Amino acid sequence: MPRILVSLADFDIAAELERLQADAGAVASFVGVVRGQVDGRPLAALTLEHYPGMTEAALTGIAEMAMARWTLTDCTIIHRVGRLEPGARIVLAAAASAHRADAIAATAFLIDWLKTDAPFWKREDFADGASQWVDARDDDILSRNRW
Amino acid sequence: MKILYFAWLRERIGLAEEEIDLPAEVATVGELAEYLAGRGPAHARAFAARQAIKAAVDQRFVPPETPLAGATEIAFFPPFTGG
Repeated sequence: MPRILVSLADFDIAAELERLQADAGAVASFVGVVRGQVDGRPLAALTLEHYPGMTEAALTGIAEMAMARWTLTDCTIIHRVGRLEPGARIVLAAAASAHRADAIAATAFLIDWLKTDAPFWKREDFADGASQWVDARDDDILSRNRW
Repeated sequence: MKILYFAWLRERIGLAEEEIDLPAEVATVGELAEYLAGRGPAHARAFAARQAIKAAVDQRFVPPETPLAGATEIAFFPPFTGG
């Protein structure tokens, strides 16, 4: 059963990937990290907001689509919320299968869909005190639609 | 009916949620957005960028023509930017 978690706290990558190793021959993963700057402008933090309840349901739906589409032994989506400073982990998407192709494809699917279809919003808080909400990117829609 | 706001919509309105009595003539999500825009200057400013605002009815993402009948919780928000 997919592991879905929305959390203020950081996650342990090694422990999460080890959990997926059971019954698998391949484990693939994606980790998103807060960058230190945006277009050269130093960032103090990203603030992640979400819609409690709807978020977990959306992530579960995305994980279930991946499980139905590829032959996976299991998959995991963990997304952090709150204030995250540069270098902090934001998200883990990981999938396990008997062979690498399904695990790698499913991992890309999970993160592409999460970006456009799960109710999270990012605000960039800059080192100079200004802040702005991140605009949705057309590229993200194209990445999701390739599946 | 419970209305929720997220991200810049929440900041511009100055509320995360509010309870409203729905007028009889407001039947769809799009009509509700119109109605809310008329509640005051902050609401008007928040709803000005109408094309950029998405909605969910009872935590399901829906288009503006979706009927409100039977709904208990409506959320308005900008496009998602997680990951």
